[in-house]
Amino acid sequence: MDQILHWIAAHQEMAYIVVLMIFVGIEIIGKVPSVLHTPLMSGANAIHGVVIIGAIIVMGKAEEGNVPALVLGFLAVILGTLNVVGGFVVTDRMLEMFKKKK
Amino acid sequence: MEFNILVFCYLIGSVTFILGLKMLSNPATARKGNLVAAAGMAIAILGTIFLYEEGGVKLGNYGWIFSALVIGSVIGTLMAKRVQMTAMPEMVSLFNGMGGACAALISVIEFRHLMHGYDAATYASNGSSYFSSLDGTTMLIIFLGLIIGSVSFSGSMVAWGKLNGKLKDFAFPGQHIINLVILVLNLAIATFVIVARPEETPLFFYAIIVLSLLYGLFFVLPIGGADMPVVISLLNSFTGVAAACGGFLYDNKVMLTGGILVGAAGTLLTMLMCKAMNRSLSNVLIGSFGGGNAAAGAGPQGGTYKEISLSDAAVVMGYANKVMIVPGYGLAVAQAQHICHELEKALEAKGVEVKYAIHPVAGRMPGHMNVLLAEADVSYEKLLEMEVANEEFKTSDVVLILGANDVVNPAAKSDPSSPIYGMPILEVEQAKHVIVNKRSMKPGYAGIENQLFFQPKTSMLFGDAKKALQDLLAEIRSI
Repeated sequence: MDQILHWIAAHQEMAYIVVLMIFVGIEIIGKVPSVLHTPLMSGANAIHGVVIIGAIIVMGKAEEGNVPALVLGFLAVILGTLNVVGGFVVTDRMLEMFKKKK
Repeated sequence: MEFNILVFCYLIGSVTFILGLKMLSNPATARKGNLVAAAGMAIAILGTIFLYEEGGVKLGNYGWIFSALVIGSVIGTLMAKRVQMTAMPEMVSLFNGMGGACAALISVIEFRHLMHGYDAATYASNGSSYFSSLDGTTMLIIFLGLIIGSVSFSGSMVAWGKLNGKLKDFAFPGQHIINLVILVLNLAIATFVIVARPEETPLFFYAIIVLSLLYGLFFVLPIGGADMPVVISLLNSFTGVAAACGGFLYDNKVMLTGGILVGAAGTLLTMLMCKAMNRSLSNVLIGSFGGGNAAAGAGPQGGTYKEISLSDAAVVMGYANKVMIVPGYGLAVAQAQHICHELEKALEAKGVEVKYAIHPVAGRMPGHMNVLLAEADVSYEKLLEMEVANEEFKTSDVVLILGANDVVNPAAKSDPSSPIYGMPILEVEQAKHVIVNKRSMKPGYAGIENQLFFQPKTSMLFGDAKKALQDLLAEIRSI
């Protein structure tokens, strides 16, 4: 427990960001029409693809000879890219349909 | 100074995520919002690759990184471009699972990093446990990312399998208790390892992976298909939190903002979806919709229904003043949205007013049906939301129900023992005549009888939606 309190004290900024982002997230979504639920979910799905940045860091830090780390990191980057690229492309395709209305 | 540029890149990334989500919640700006977020993501990713450094050392392994990026982009784009509009929800679920797996893998690699010093150093020489020297919060974050990421991965895979029909609902007695046991056991092991640091830490670590994957599996398996959108949305916010764990691990602000943003927005979206179906989240998660509730349909069972011939249906619709179309998943499965639009035009050429009544959960996800109809060029103004539609049914001559079932089931209003009791429905029985197109008399997704089919003003038009609509269209054109 002590350690955790210590850690929060040392990472005040992070704690602030978390709290603020929770409010921002809730505030932003508050008034979305149900028509847009699916595209919105899909868009949010693409955004949490930021994990890929962690995967890239892991990959980039892996030592040359550390094969398991390289392979796992490689896999992680591929999966992350799938999430990001696939997510944004799918969302765009969905929203493209909405635009064609006349 | 380079590091500051990276901080700036991350700031841009965070801002575009917020802006993007904001724009996505308004129909007029939605598409631009998606592109804005994508651009921000690209900046954050490129910034990381070229500018990130730790202790003055830049990232290496560019070959690996870029080939993984290229492979992922190509596969991702192909999958996203090729998928049928009807299969959109399972695609989202699949990509969500990929994100969860990515977060879990990061935790695995970071844990292996922690273990790396194990065999080489301290343990043997000074006799004290190597594990107790590890930073507790780092381990906590790694474990959190691992558990949430794994649950999200296996849960999303099950949701994906269920939506595309490869997996059936599966529940066994006492499943909730077993789920609970798995979850508690999992958290207990994680807590134990973090607090006590036993020598078997690596073993426990892999046990946690297995238990988390199992939990995701059992968590989603019993939940009925009608509730799948809610589950996907929930798993979506899980993955967001898992990504935020990565943000803590690397002290990385974009990962943190993006992850928490999606976690918070996703949770709220999940609750909004539940509200659209008038169900509570706990009800969805524990209720095991569809399983074991078969008895509920045994009330006023069956009755007689009447069929209507194509030519009669065509005449009834062709000479009506106002026709409301209620599209459901059956329409989507049959890929009949284009022919449905043709029918709409043919009827309008005869002076019939045609509108669509869209239930919030029509199709497989909120808004799914709107996307499908928009694909077929149906004008946005013709799509009525439930409240408006329920008013308009009173003045409609004919309601044509295309492969929808549970969303028009009057039991939701009248039968408290029904599993869908309380869900808002489209009150189609207020119209003068109801024509139901279905493939057979089989019950809908929630697995319950629909009394609507046995009412005197209802007639059934059996057949695949696309085929039936084609024939109906030909008949209408000939009168």
